[in-house]
Amino acid sequence: MNSLLLQLFQDTLVVLIAPLLLGWVNQCRAWLQNRSGAGVLQPYRNLIKLFHKDAVLANNASPLFRATPYILFASMWLAASLVPVIATDLPLSQAVDVIALVGIFALARVFISLAAMDVGTSFGTMGARREMLVGFLAEPALLMVFFTAATISHSTSLVTIVETLAHKQFVIYPSLAFAGIAFVMVLLAENARIPVDNPATHLELTMIHEAMILEYSARHLALIEWASALKLLAYFTIGCALFMPWGIAEVGNLAALPVALLALFIKLLLGGAGLALLETVTAKMRIFRVPEFMGTAFLLAVLGMLIHFLLGS
Amino acid sequence: MTIVSTLLPIDIALGVVVCWLLLGLTGLLLQNTALITRYIFPAGALAALLLAAAALSNLGGDSNVAVLALGLPDLPFHLRLDALSAFFLLLLGAASVGISLYSAGYFRDMKGGALGLLCFEYHIFLASMALVFMADDAYLFMVAWETMALSSYFLVTTDHHLAQARRAGFLYLLIAHVGAIAILLSFGVMQGGQGDYTFASMRDAQLNAFWASVTFLLALFGFGAKAGILPLHAWLPEAHPAAPSPISAMMSGIMLKTAIYGILRVSFDLLDAPQWWWGALALTLGLLTALYGVLFAAVQTDMKRLLAYSSIENIGVILTGIGLAIIFHSFQKEALAALALTAALYHAFNHAFMKGLLFLGTGSVLHATGERNLGRLGGLIHRMPKLALLVLVGTLALAGLPPLNGFVSEWLLLQAFLLSPGLPHSYLNMLIPIAAAALALAAALAGYVMVKFYGVIFLGQPRGSDVVGQKPFDEVHDVGIWERIGLTWLALGCILLGVFPVFFILHIDFVSQMLVGHTLGVSAAQTGWLWLTPIQPERASYSPLILFVIIIVGVLFTLYGVKKFYHGRLRRGPAWDCGYPEQTARMQDTAEGFGQPIRQIFQLFFGITREVPGPFDKKPHYHGETSDRLWEWCYLPIARLTDKISALTGKLQHGRIHAYLLYSFVTLLALLAFVR
Repeated sequence: MNSLLLQLFQDTLVVLIAPLLLGWVNQCRAWLQNRSGAGVLQPYRNLIKLFHKDAVLANNASPLFRATPYILFASMWLAASLVPVIATDLPLSQAVDVIALVGIFALARVFISLAAMDVGTSFGTMGARREMLVGFLAEPALLMVFFTAATISHSTSLVTIVETLAHKQFVIYPSLAFAGIAFVMVLLAENARIPVDNPATHLELTMIHEAMILEYSARHLALIEWASALKLLAYFTIGCALFMPWGIAEVGNLAALPVALLALFIKLLLGGAGLALLETVTAKMRIFRVPEFMGTAFLLAVLGMLIHFLLGS
Repeated sequence: MTIVSTLLPIDIALGVVVCWLLLGLTGLLLQNTALITRYIFPAGALAALLLAAAALSNLGGDSNVAVLALGLPDLPFHLRLDALSAFFLLLLGAASVGISLYSAGYFRDMKGGALGLLCFEYHIFLASMALVFMADDAYLFMVAWETMALSSYFLVTTDHHLAQARRAGFLYLLIAHVGAIAILLSFGVMQGGQGDYTFASMRDAQLNAFWASVTFLLALFGFGAKAGILPLHAWLPEAHPAAPSPISAMMSGIMLKTAIYGILRVSFDLLDAPQWWWGALALTLGLLTALYGVLFAAVQTDMKRLLAYSSIENIGVILTGIGLAIIFHSFQKEALAALALTAALYHAFNHAFMKGLLFLGTGSVLHATGERNLGRLGGLIHRMPKLALLVLVGTLALAGLPPLNGFVSEWLLLQAFLLSPGLPHSYLNMLIPIAAAALALAAALAGYVMVKFYGVIFLGQPRGSDVVGQKPFDEVHDVGIWERIGLTWLALGCILLGVFPVFFILHIDFVSQMLVGHTLGVSAAQTGWLWLTPIQPERASYSPLILFVIIIVGVLFTLYGVKKFYHGRLRRGPAWDCGYPEQTARMQDTAEGFGQPIRQIFQLFFGITREVPGPFDKKPHYHGETSDRLWEWCYLPIARLTDKISALTGKLQHGRIHAYLLYSFVTLLALLAFVR
């Protein structure tokens, strides 16, 4: 019963704080760029505004186009709620292991790409093609990152991975260091961040994610934006779970929950600021360079796994 | 009653084979389109269903044997129905139900005479595949194998008035026979000089390591030619597009699996002690095939060629699983061998459904539009919504997405890789993470291919403005009832296999029990049918049903929430596209455009020829072609060598009788000198 309640609590928590994380990253970016920024609550205001608007659909949009925002939102919500962030006692985490988690991200990617091709505009198909291009290298890289952690803890279940890693003495695993770098690169690419994509512009030469969702408006767009925020949160929490699992409440230890919540917020604050810093100091790269970037991430992740096998640690 | 109670499953299976033969003959004699489509094909489907039921009932039972006094005197046909045969018969029956039902609708416009012939070949093809799975001696096996090759050759060349189809058929026949020779030699080595060609005596024959390896390599080559394993894949992308779509579905979905069956039969059943390097070889070949297939699938512009290359990829994935199973089996890690084997068998079964569904889908598109080239399709979801929905299921399954079936086998295979550390061989331990990475890459690329396939055919706008293929867009009609039933059967299979994997794995267990002496299902079901836990729940667990339900509940909940708290107001307008008003359908990505990044990144693997217009061309013309490098590296040199040898032989032929008499005389002298 407790675990179910905990699951519901996490479901609600992630869906509510996801836009906050996005707001925090944007605010940090504004500060770093010497702007005053719109405040951390701006994403909520955007969502409310979008939900109130009337939706406009292209004349030839199919049912697939209309269904996609809901599927996207539901799958990203699922992804964000099954990563153990505050407690490891999550029933959903048992149903979906890391491989299935990567599968859920792939499901969302395939649906949004298909929806982008649905109206049949030049930008839409271009965005879909680029998204799949980023995706086909990011997906195996992410899988390899997970595999490194999974071979260390002899399990692909996120709960076991987190419990194993949180219990170990503070040891630096060389394999995890490689995996960590690869993970950050995947995070940047998958969440449409600089240097791979720029969420702030509609510049045809560079856009990927924005090109795909050009035809969406109002509630559909709101759901997609919210899903993107959830995806960013999911990636952050995966990063926390794999590389800094300290402070998480373990099975049966409800008293540790407040501490775990506090730890989560601190991690997210630091992580968000770090992301903003990373985005500010790097430049957007040409789209042709993206495969090299992603290829590097993939190779680093494979190298991490190989090192684990070589050194046995 | 007594007859029924003594009726063994093998008798039922043989009955189905006879029934198929009779149906084929009836079709040949009837030559009436309406009767054949309305009665013969559905009856064939019914027989297939019976076969599937018989096979399913015998999966866990004892193996049945039968000896038929057919064939040559003193050389009767031996048949046997054990777990491995039953599994593949189940695959054949279950998948061909859908394909036969579909055929009942698909061939309705064909002329009676041609259809009678096709119906005959079709049912012979089905019956010969069933016999391949049941054969228990090399003689019957080769007879069935050759019947299968020949009947499918005639099916491939159904459109024999097209030079392309004839050429494809010839290439297929050629490679099939090169393969058949290798299989025959492999049986010859395996019987170990006793002159007894039953499989039972091959099981007993004691081969030393060298001859066992020779047998394995010959079998891998021979069956690889049928399966399309690199570099023997060249016939697949030619033959599949040339054949009518139900035939492509059958060849890709079922016939390729006869080769998988052969590899399993030889390496696990007939040869008893596999060596680890066989597995490493199969694993490497499998991964190369998978990556090669998926890369070429990504750059195809013909929808059936795209699917054919995707079949090559899937065969590669299955072979990877088999290779891994051989490695584990050779190190006596039977639990892991069972896991890898289950993954391979599961994927083989999945592929029959997914690829059958998609090939049939392309058949309907072809029927409705008369076009195979992706560059002239588009927007069909508006005209063919039912087909679009059914094909979407197959697309998502083939892309390996949860909660559908493609993901389950991929998940099992990745688990097998992850659990593998601890092999007593350091090179293998290094190979395995790299292999896992390559497999993950192939799986991700499959997603790319499938988005291209579905997006270009069904989404967007028709690429020839108001014309799609050879028909006005408004005149394109959705699929008929028979086709829909066949497609729905296969789509349901994809969903059920994806959502309830444990039930199916319990059946695969009989096969792994027979081949490696260990099962997966006991541990897979230990936490209930809801949970797939291959080893222990702490190590890995996956529950597709929960995932499926949660996504659906999530979607409904979101839908409800949005409608409840906000509104459902909706307007239609022209597409926005950043405010650009001059949109035309030709500005969408073509199939070539969508594959361009892959072509760019993996340039090395493709032979690319391109004609690009200059800046001052009055009539700008673009032509690009991506060809298979292996064709020029591997096939053309062999073809040239053969030509050269035949030219040399030709020099001996003058057509003058005295020269030939001289040859005979010299030969006689030489022989006399030799014998003396």
